[in-house]
Amino acid sequence: MGNMIINHGLTSFILVVWMSINIILFVWFYFFYDLGDQFYYTRHLLGSALAWARAPAAVLNFNCLLILLPVCRNLLSLIRGSFMCCGRTMRKQLDKNISFHKLVAYMIGLMTAVHTIAHLLNVEWYNNSRRGMYDTLSTALSDLPDGYNTTYLNPIRNIDVNAQQNPTYFAMTSLAGITGVIITLCLILIITSSMEVIRRSYFEVFWYTHHLFVIFFICLVIHGAGRIVRSQKNLVQHNYTLCKDRTEDWGKVAECPYPQFAGSPPGTWMWVIGPMFLYLCERILRFIRYTQTVKYRKIVIRPSKVLELQLVKAGFKMEVGQYVFLNCPAISHLEWHPFTMTSAPEEDFFSVHIRSVGDWTQKLISMVEELPEGTQGPRMGVDGPFGTASEDVFDYEVSMLVGAGIGVTPFASILKSIWYKFKDSDPKLRTRKIYFYWLCRETHAFEWFADLLQVLEKEMEERGMGDFLTYKLFLTGWDQSHTDHVMVRFDEDTDVVTGLKQKTNYGRPNWEKEFEQVRKENPSSTVGTFLCGPAVLAKVLAKKCAKYSDVDPRKTRFYFNKENF
Amino acid sequence: MGKIEWAMWANEQALAAGLILLTGGIVGVAGLFRGWEFAAYSIAAGVFVCLLEYPRGKKNKGTSVERTGQYCFTVCVKAFGPLTRNYYVRAFIHAAIAVPAGFMLATVLGCVCLGIASLIYLGAAIRGEQWEPILPRTETRKAVGESIKQPPQNPPPRPPAEMRRKRAEDLEGAAYDNPIKVTANEE
Repeated sequence: MGNMIINHGLTSFILVVWMSINIILFVWFYFFYDLGDQFYYTRHLLGSALAWARAPAAVLNFNCLLILLPVCRNLLSLIRGSFMCCGRTMRKQLDKNISFHKLVAYMIGLMTAVHTIAHLLNVEWYNNSRRGMYDTLSTALSDLPDGYNTTYLNPIRNIDVNAQQNPTYFAMTSLAGITGVIITLCLILIITSSMEVIRRSYFEVFWYTHHLFVIFFICLVIHGAGRIVRSQKNLVQHNYTLCKDRTEDWGKVAECPYPQFAGSPPGTWMWVIGPMFLYLCERILRFIRYTQTVKYRKIVIRPSKVLELQLVKAGFKMEVGQYVFLNCPAISHLEWHPFTMTSAPEEDFFSVHIRSVGDWTQKLISMVEELPEGTQGPRMGVDGPFGTASEDVFDYEVSMLVGAGIGVTPFASILKSIWYKFKDSDPKLRTRKIYFYWLCRETHAFEWFADLLQVLEKEMEERGMGDFLTYKLFLTGWDQSHTDHVMVRFDEDTDVVTGLKQKTNYGRPNWEKEFEQVRKENPSSTVGTFLCGPAVLAKVLAKKCAKYSDVDPRKTRFYFNKENF
Repeated sequence: MGKIEWAMWANEQALAAGLILLTGGIVGVAGLFRGWEFAAYSIAAGVFVCLLEYPRGKKNKGTSVERTGQYCFTVCVKAFGPLTRNYYVRAFIHAAIAVPAGFMLATVLGCVCLGIASLIYLGAAIRGEQWEPILPRTETRKAVGESIKQPPQNPPPRPPAEMRRKRAEDLEGAAYDNPIKVTANEE
């Protein structure tokens, strides 16, 4: 329970605050339009649909402000840097930026639906009013033209069109109507191309369609410029309680001059201009980063078509577990792809290991394969580093690191950094013992990691520190040919699959046994458990940590850290 | 961009369009708008489009993820054979269905969205994509290697169950582990 509060408390709090602001805005503006005297006549024509349209509009203003902020990753990095003092939980919230972006997007979608439906009703009723289908007051109000001493209330002026097509005609000829249709279309296209299916498999469709947000924001800002939601401006001179039943006297008697109407100035730009500016700065910064020189220190083609790039960039400082975005103009000018860094901060370069998983990565690998030895690779832009550094790893006496599948990548950085710190007796490093669990279906594409472990293994043996690191590899996707192979070579010193001293295990780990072993070997330590892998595994590990932790602080205690690398 | 299966996006867009048609239609009918007959048509059209588009097709490359409970819809849609498999037909059907919805403001958004979906389907059809149903994979037994002999017909000879049972006095010497602790019977 305590773990849950620590892990989720701040997130829940932020969500509650966000939702409360939404609710407050909705209710406030609902009653502003539903009870305000200046809207009495407007409400006579539209009923509560007026308030139902304006309340979501306010919520939309707020959320359109918010939606641009979580994707300004350089801005977030800046905030993260200045929060170094204020606890990791605060900084970890910044890692959930995309989840928040999606949540705000859902709210925008929902509010757009409510707003549009309410306005559909409004247009229909304005149309009917204009054609005299309702009571005398409605007809009188709708008849008011924009003239010598009158101002209109009903924005539908031209009724020379077919009655059924009038709403569509009005929508297409008013600024609010056209921009509304364009905005909604953009939103729908953005949402359908952002569905997980499309995003995961056809990233370019998602990325390029998402840029419709530029049109979205431009049209959003001018959406209210027509000022067609109108309120009465001369409440003192024209008291509606007195005059609402005397429409034939309007303009003819002193106590009932014509009611004057005007719309409020558009307010959306005030909400969104700040974030739009910040986002513009973000894109400019990305462009500047892209122009900065990045030199290749080394290019290695690893087994299973994995490309290792060792890059050097002036002024680049990284922490363990962070990632960078790479852009290769020779492949695509607009695409930036994220890669976790596999080098340690102690090294004077940074490296990434790139697997061939899609169009972009494949093209990069084939381009590099054709290069002659020792030459520089294609021009590369690097943005970053991003992500909350996983410094907690160094704080525990004993660490259990669990990497599943591709999740093993940040551990390359972590293990290297731990080893450097250990060699140099860095006082920041409190770790005395590491248990590393590597789970994968097959070691294909991760041979480079096995190489890293081999190197570490050798260095540790040379220094007589063989006990520092205990690692176990679990191959969960074994088949008959594996077992045959193993049977034949079982009494060799090194493992057949990885070439490592420690033998490969097959199938999933028995966590009970593992935790038992760790507890037995470390009877009085605090053990930090770190996972980079699937959520199901996170649940399992969290449970085991709770189960094997002793209440007695002198005995072993396990802390589970759900890392989001 | 070479390997994009446009039909996948067209499917999402068409499903969204179906829902928008449905919503616009309901608003039009509930509010008894002018031309509410078009709204009523739009409800029917929306439902039809949703039913047609709900079952996701199989991806050419990679794992296809089904929508929840789509199996019955897959079977129905599959039954129409080439009418539903061919994306030219789908593009045409969607374009045709969209047209009447354009005659009323409440449904015009659904009309445009469906029109866009129709265009994307047309693009997919030109690139030769087809709708393949996602059907549960029939379990095929992999041909076992020659080294595996015939599995034994009889269980191996063992002492009777009484002797094999783990005894509380001799937990260490037993041949297996219990998930729950073994305690001797009290009686």
